[in-house]
Amino acid sequence: MPLVDREIASKVLERALARGGDFAELFCEERQGFALSIDESRVERPQSGSERGAGIRVIDGEVTRFAHVDGLAGEDLMGAADGLASALGGDATEPLALRAAEPPKLQEIEVDPAGVPADRKAEVLRELDERARSAGPEVAQASASYSEGRRRVAIFNSEGLEASDDRTRVRLGVQVVARKDGTVETGFETLGELRGFELLDGDPARIADQAAGKALTLLGADPAPAGEMTVVVGGGFGGVLFHEMTGHGLEADAVQKGASVYAGRMGEKVAEPLLNAYDDGVMPHEWGTGAIDDEGTPCQQTAVIQEGKLTSYLYDRLRARRDGVPSTGNGRRATFRDLPIPRMTNTYIEPGDADPQEMISEVEKGFYAVSFGGGQVEPATGDFVFGVSEGYLIEGGKVTKPCRGATLIGNCLQALARIDAVGNDFEMKTGFCGKAGQTAPVGTGQGHVRIKGITVGGTAV
Amino acid sequence: MSAADLEDVARRAVEAASAAGASDAEAWSEGSRGREVRVHAGEVESLTEASGRGVGVRAWIGTRTGYAYGTDLSEAGLAELAEAAVGAARVADEDENSAAPEPSGEPPEIDGLRDPAVAATETADVIELAKRIERVALDRDERVTGVEEVVYVDEDGDAAIATSRGVSGSFGSSVAYAFLQAMATQDSEVQTGLGFGVGRSPSSLDAEQIGAEAGDEAASMLGATKPESRTCPVVLSERVTASFAGFIGGAVSADEVQRGRSPFADRLGTEVASPAYVLADDGIDPGGLASAPFDGEGTPRERTPLIAEGKLLAYLHDSYTARRGGARSTGNAARSSYRSAPSVSPSNLVLEPGELTLEQLLERTGDGVYITEVAGLHSGVNPVTGRYSVGASGRAVRGGELAEPLREFTIAGDLLGTLAAVQAVGSETRWVPFGGSVKTAPMLVGEMAISGQQATQSRS
Repeated sequence: MPLVDREIASKVLERALARGGDFAELFCEERQGFALSIDESRVERPQSGSERGAGIRVIDGEVTRFAHVDGLAGEDLMGAADGLASALGGDATEPLALRAAEPPKLQEIEVDPAGVPADRKAEVLRELDERARSAGPEVAQASASYSEGRRRVAIFNSEGLEASDDRTRVRLGVQVVARKDGTVETGFETLGELRGFELLDGDPARIADQAAGKALTLLGADPAPAGEMTVVVGGGFGGVLFHEMTGHGLEADAVQKGASVYAGRMGEKVAEPLLNAYDDGVMPHEWGTGAIDDEGTPCQQTAVIQEGKLTSYLYDRLRARRDGVPSTGNGRRATFRDLPIPRMTNTYIEPGDADPQEMISEVEKGFYAVSFGGGQVEPATGDFVFGVSEGYLIEGGKVTKPCRGATLIGNCLQALARIDAVGNDFEMKTGFCGKAGQTAPVGTGQGHVRIKGITVGGTAV
Repeated sequence: MSAADLEDVARRAVEAASAAGASDAEAWSEGSRGREVRVHAGEVESLTEASGRGVGVRAWIGTRTGYAYGTDLSEAGLAELAEAAVGAARVADEDENSAAPEPSGEPPEIDGLRDPAVAATETADVIELAKRIERVALDRDERVTGVEEVVYVDEDGDAAIATSRGVSGSFGSSVAYAFLQAMATQDSEVQTGLGFGVGRSPSSLDAEQIGAEAGDEAASMLGATKPESRTCPVVLSERVTASFAGFIGGAVSADEVQRGRSPFADRLGTEVASPAYVLADDGIDPGGLASAPFDGEGTPRERTPLIAEGKLLAYLHDSYTARRGGARSTGNAARSSYRSAPSVSPSNLVLEPGELTLEQLLERTGDGVYITEVAGLHSGVNPVTGRYSVGASGRAVRGGELAEPLREFTIAGDLLGTLAAVQAVGSETRWVPFGGSVKTAPMLVGEMAISGQQATQSRS
C-alpha cells in the first residue's frame, strides 16, 4: 500500500507552490522498530515503536521553508503546505505532473525480522551473553542489544518525481567488562547490515568472542605511548579514519561555505597515487545502503579520490543545483522531521596491493590501531581526533604490547598525504554518524592502511 | 495539544494497556511546537516550523516490563500501542525489582519553566536575532571571514503522565537557544570558534555576547601550534568542565553502579575528589533546562548533593534502582522524549563556584595550558573505567597570563585522579548545554597529561 496517494501528493505540491517558489517536495515516511537487550544475563528493555509523518519543503531562491507533521492524514499535509505558501507573496508555480520513476531495485529480504518471534531474538541475546561470559573468569559483565528497523519512504516533488524505498536493517551490539586485580577494561563489537533476520544465520555470537577478546587483551595493557609515530590502522572500522578525515570535508554544504579544507581542491593531488576511495550507496547489504536517497535520487557509487587526486564532492539536490552538477545521491535525512543534507552512505578506501604483515614488519617503532571507538573532525580546520579501542605497540617490525587509552590526533590534509601503504585485505563495518543534530547509519571500510607520522595521544608522557 | 488533552491521552493509554492485559501501566505523552532558523551570510538558509506529539507506554505483566511508543493518538492507535507494549513485556525476563512507580509526594512548584515570550515572538524577530548574532561575530575582528551558520531554535511544549497506581500530572516548558561557528582566516590557515546562548525565550539570548564569543575565539586561535608533550597544570574552560561534570553525572547513576560499570561503585561516603570540587544534581533550579516538577515516572524532582568535602554523597536513582538498592528515588528517571523508556540520568548538574576569577586562576596556574575546547568525547571517554583521552585546543599560560594559541593535542587521565587534582573552581558561573544541562565555572587542575609534539624532556 502506498504511504500517500499520488492524487493527494499532487495537491499538496500544488498548494505548497500556490504563492510561488522554485521547488516543492513532499517526503513521507513510516518507521517501525523493535529493540531488546540482555544485561546481567537478564533479557530486558523490550521496546517497539512506530511513527508516520511527513516533511514538506518549498525552496524559493536560496531560502528553504520546511514544515513537518506527525501522521499522513491528507488534511494535515494540506494544512502544512498552506502554511508554507502563506509566507510567500508571488504567483503560483505550476508543479509538473507526477510520474513514477523507473523503480530502482529494492532491497530483497529473506526473513522479515518483524515476523520473527521475539523469543528467537531473546535467544540470540542469551547466546551472546553466554559466549561472552565463557571467554574467561575475568569477564565481570556482559550486555548485548538487538535492534531491527524498517523505514518506508515516499518522495514526490514539483519536478514530477515520484519515488519510494523500503529499507530494513538489523543490528547486534555487545559490550564486555573484564576485571583483574583492580584493573577494569571494556570491549565492544557490532554486527549490522541492510538485511533481514537472515543476517543472524551462522554464528552471530562470534562478536561476543571478539568483544571479550578485546577486553581481556587490554587487561594486560600498558598506557599508550605519546608523540608522533608511524601508525598502521586496521581494516573494517579503521575506515572511520577516512570517514572523518576526508568524507566529511567532501560534503558539499561544508565545501560551499568554505568550511572545509577540501574546498577549491577539486582535481588536486591530496594523497599518494596508491589511494583510491569511494562513497558507495549501492554496496549490497551494507549499513549505509539504499535504493534511493531521501530526495528520490538513485544511490550510486561515487569515486572521491582516484590515484591520489580529488575527483568528486558529495551532493544533495540543493547543493548540486548551486554548483550546476547532478546530485550524487547523498541527500539524506534522519527522519521526516529533518531537512536533507549531504551525507556519506558507505565510504571506503579501495584495497591496495600491500601485504598487511609486511606493512607492519617495515615499521621499526610505531603503533598498531586495530579499531576505534569513534572519531570527530572539524571540517573547516581539518583537525580530527579518534579514540583507539584496541591498539598495540609495534617494535622492531613486530606487534608487541597492547596499549590502553590511545587517541590519534592530527590534520586531514597532512595525514591523508602521509598514507604510504594500503593493504590488500578489506572489511566493512557499521557506524552511526552525527551531523547537524541528525543521526544516519553509515558504512565504513578499508583494509590495513599505514600513515607515516601521526600524533598518538597517550598517558605515557 | 493542550496539557489537559495530553493528560487525557495518557489516561486513555493506561486504560488501553490495562484492557490489553497489563497488570500495571504508565503512559507519558508530549506535544510541542517549535521553529528553527538557519542564517548564513546575512540570509535565511532555512526556516522550519515544527509541531509534534506522541505517547509512550510502559506496561507490566507482573514483574516483566515492556515499552512501546507511537504518534497515532486515536482510540485505535492507542489500542495498537497498548498491545505492542504488553507484547513487548511478554519477552522480558522476570525482574523482582521491576514495578510501576507509586505516587510519591507533592511535586514542587517551579516558577519560570515556560516563558510565554517564545510563543509570542514573531518569526521575523528571531530571524533578525540570528542575523544580528552573525554580524556581531563578523564585526568582531577583521580576520573573522565567515560564519558557517547561525542556528536559532525554540520550542514550547507540554508533557503529561498517568499510571495505573494513580500518578498523574502535567507541566509546560519552553526553551530557546542559538549557536554559531565563526571562521577566522590568516593566509591559508582557518580557525573556528563557537558561541552559544541558552534560555527560556529569545529575549534571554544576548546576540552581542553569543556573536562575540565565537568571533573572539576563532581569531584568537590563528597561528596555533602544537604544544610539547608533558604533564602540567591546566585550567579547563566552562565548556570543558561541563563535559567533565556530564562524565561524572553518568558514572554516579545507580543503574551503572549496581551493574558494576562505574568507577564510583563501592565508593559512597569515601573520598573521591579534592574538597575544591563540589557538585550537585539539581532538578528544581528554575534556570536549568532539565528542571521540572516531576521526573519521567512522576517522582518529584529535587536537589541531590553528589560530591562535597571531597566525599561521594549519593548516587542518582529512579524507582527501579531505588527498589534494587534499598534507597529512595532521587527523581532522576529521565526521558529524552516519549520515544524512550525512562532511565537514570542527571537532571541539571551544578558545580559550586569558588572564589577566583578566571584571571586569578590563570595567575595561580603560572605556566601551563588553558583548555577551551575538547573533541572526540564519545570515543575518548570510557565511563566504565573512568579513563579519558580526548582532543583539545586552547592557549598556553605563561607567567600567569594567556599566551599563544595551541591546537592538535590531547589531554588524558582518569576521572578520580583528575578530581583529586582539582585545585580551585572559578567564581564565574554559566549554564552550558554540553554534557547535559550544567551550571559550571572554569577550574584549575594541578596536573594533566598533554600529548602534542614529540616530547623533548624526560619521561615521568
